[in-house]
Amino acid sequence: MLDIKNLHVKVEGREILKGLTLQVGAGEVHAIMGPNGSGKSTLAQVLAGRDAYEITEGSVSYDGGQDLLAMAAEDRAAAGVFLAFQYPVEIPGVGNTYFLRTAMNAIRRTRGEEELDAIDFLSLAKAKMKLVEMDPSFMSRSVNEGFSGGEKKRNEVFQMAVLEPKLAILDETDSGLDIDALKIVANGVNSLRSPERSMIVITHYQRLLDYIVPDQVHVLSGGKIVRSGDKSLALELEQSGYVIFGEEAAQAAAAGGGA
Amino acid sequence: MDARESLLAAYEASKGQIGLGDSDRIRTLRRDALESFADLGFPRTSNEDWRYTSVSKMTPLEFKRPSSFQPDGSASTELQRLRSVFLGGTAGRMLVFLNGRFLPELSSFNGEMPGVETLSLAAARKSHSDLVEKHLARYATLEGRSFSALNTAFHEDGAFVHVAKDVAAKFPIHLVFVANGPERPMAIHPRNLIVLEAGSSASVIQSYVGLACESYLTNVVTETVIGENAHLEHFKIQQEGRRAFHISDLRIDLARHGVMSDCSIAIGGSLARNDVTGNLRAEGAECHLNGLYMVTGNQHVDNHTTLDHVSPHTISRENYKGILDASSRAVFNGKVIVRPDAQKTDSVQSNKNLLLSENAVVDTKPQLEIFADDVKCAHGAAIGELDEDALFYLRARGIPRAEARALLTHAFASEIVDRIRWDALRRRLDGNISLWLSSSSSEAQEVS
Ligand SMILES: Nc1ncnc2c1ncn2[C@@H]1O[C@H](COP(=O)(O)OP(=O)(O)OP(=O)(O)O)[C@@H](O)[C@H]1O
Ligand SMILES: [Mg+2]
Repeated sequence: MLDIKNLHVKVEGREILKGLTLQVGAGEVHAIMGPNGSGKSTLAQVLAGRDAYEITEGSVSYDGGQDLLAMAAEDRAAAGVFLAFQYPVEIPGVGNTYFLRTAMNAIRRTRGEEELDAIDFLSLAKAKMKLVEMDPSFMSRSVNEGFSGGEKKRNEVFQMAVLEPKLAILDETDSGLDIDALKIVANGVNSLRSPERSMIVITHYQRLLDYIVPDQVHVLSGGKIVRSGDKSLALELEQSGYVIFGEEAAQAAAAGGGA
Repeated sequence: MDARESLLAAYEASKGQIGLGDSDRIRTLRRDALESFADLGFPRTSNEDWRYTSVSKMTPLEFKRPSSFQPDGSASTELQRLRSVFLGGTAGRMLVFLNGRFLPELSSFNGEMPGVETLSLAAARKSHSDLVEKHLARYATLEGRSFSALNTAFHEDGAFVHVAKDVAAKFPIHLVFVANGPERPMAIHPRNLIVLEAGSSASVIQSYVGLACESYLTNVVTETVIGENAHLEHFKIQQEGRRAFHISDLRIDLARHGVMSDCSIAIGGSLARNDVTGNLRAEGAECHLNGLYMVTGNQHVDNHTTLDHVSPHTISRENYKGILDASSRAVFNGKVIVRPDAQKTDSVQSNKNLLLSENAVVDTKPQLEIFADDVKCAHGAAIGELDEDALFYLRARGIPRAEARALLTHAFASEIVDRIRWDALRRRLDGNISLWLSSSSSEAQEVS
């Protein structure tokens, strides 16, 4: 589904990702953990098509060999890429319902599918709102405006449920959620798991992985994947912290720096 | 001949036709105003009030007085269409003016509104001479304002609205000013007088529409007189033709606890200048000024507002928003005066501008003159671009770049438009904004 090779990314002249390589197969769930500032969100944003980042080297091939990096953000969304933002943006003056229906229909248009009318969209939205136990009153408010941290995250999962992506990237969707909300969000995510859908789950907390059980866990440090393993790696990290990767990360960075 | 000379010559030529039925006071006033204009000429940029707005595109033109006040075939069709757009199937009154003159056959009166009189100023001069004499030109003092002097000297017709004591006008009153004439360039000087007696309320919508594509000048003066406890809701929707000049002077006179809610939308014209002056002369008076200007190409729009807090416990709220594309230019000058007696004044002013192009320019300036000590005066101005984070968020959800930009721009404007409670008007403006966004140019030139 996703094949990232030797990805180098600069922000404001500073290299953040330094030769990152990662493969995610169809139907798999991969967790990425790593210290603050290690480049997790940078990776997520680059995959979603944010153009503020400069890609200096590497390739990303998506779903049958499409060159993901050559595609505009909106085309990636139409091709099934979805990013649940670490910091969802507040957009005053744009209603949640209108926004999501516009997004959905833009995607359908690009795919050559028929657009949904307001009534069909609403019944779809209602069903998905139930899934994440979101109060319908949120639909009539402006996008994320005045939402609490947890409500914003829930809105991201709701949007994901409506848009049914092929590749979902969840950037710290569990941060700021209380334990009940965490279960609801995890349920929402799990209900979307299918053999055709892949997920990258970025998190700092092992507890999320009790609910969303990953096929693989990766540690991102110093701009590279420094270690990969199964879900027991997350438990190990919980004990040891990221300190043990200090040396590996330094070496990795040194090796990557010459390229 | 330049514009000043041609206007003076036009006055000489039409002396016998302008101002029939004037009172002695008005006749004298016209003469004084004419002298004042002859003296002042057009404002120059050395004049502080016109520092950022040059009328040099206007000065070489030989303006003529319109001679045709009947719509030709295409204009009639257009007027029929406008009628349905403006009234939107709801009751209300619509007074249509073509080239400044009232056209009764195209005007409509749906729905009973006892105590509400709407007629042309020309007619009111005869039928309501006492009211006209009491109010006309009592508020729009000239004070070195060339265009207002020009209007005072030359005005022929316009709207007269009178709402009797304690009457609430149920339906909106639309004043539609259409420009479309064979003369080029023509100068039109509408003069409106809106009087709300104590305890009354009304909604008045002024629309300026240009069907003519050649240049012309609309130079309007509107005096609004708001009695004790009266409430006027007033809109001005300016959609003049692409090459038009639109100059407007709106005066607001507020008695005790009188309330004005004004909303000024400026989309059209090549050069537009709006002066809005609120005189909060009595205790408890309240003045709300909202504005939205959207300009593109080489358009220039200038909003000068003055809120004069004369008495204690007066309130003003001002929110002007601007959207600028291509090489357009906008000026905002918000003056707030708090006189020594106006303790407990409460005033908030905001001017936010959204630049859609690197070549657009905004000059925004709050101007506070405060002579009382126990007052609350807040002001803020901002000039910014579309929020990149928001833009990316929309695109990451599949909304194409151009559409995402339009959506965010519309959202910026919606703060002003959404609070309009007349559905037909709000829908019409929403439609105008969408149209503006889809035809505005800079996105097409930009490489994404
Ligand atoms: N637009 C930007 N301008 C400058 N620096 C940036 C920008 N975006 C990211 N960075 C820097 O890149 C580094 C990686 O940031 P990133 O947000 O990817 O980290 P992260 O792993 O997601 O951290 P966290 O766990 O705190 O979310 C940080 O040092 C950050 O300051
Ligand atoms: Mg992050």
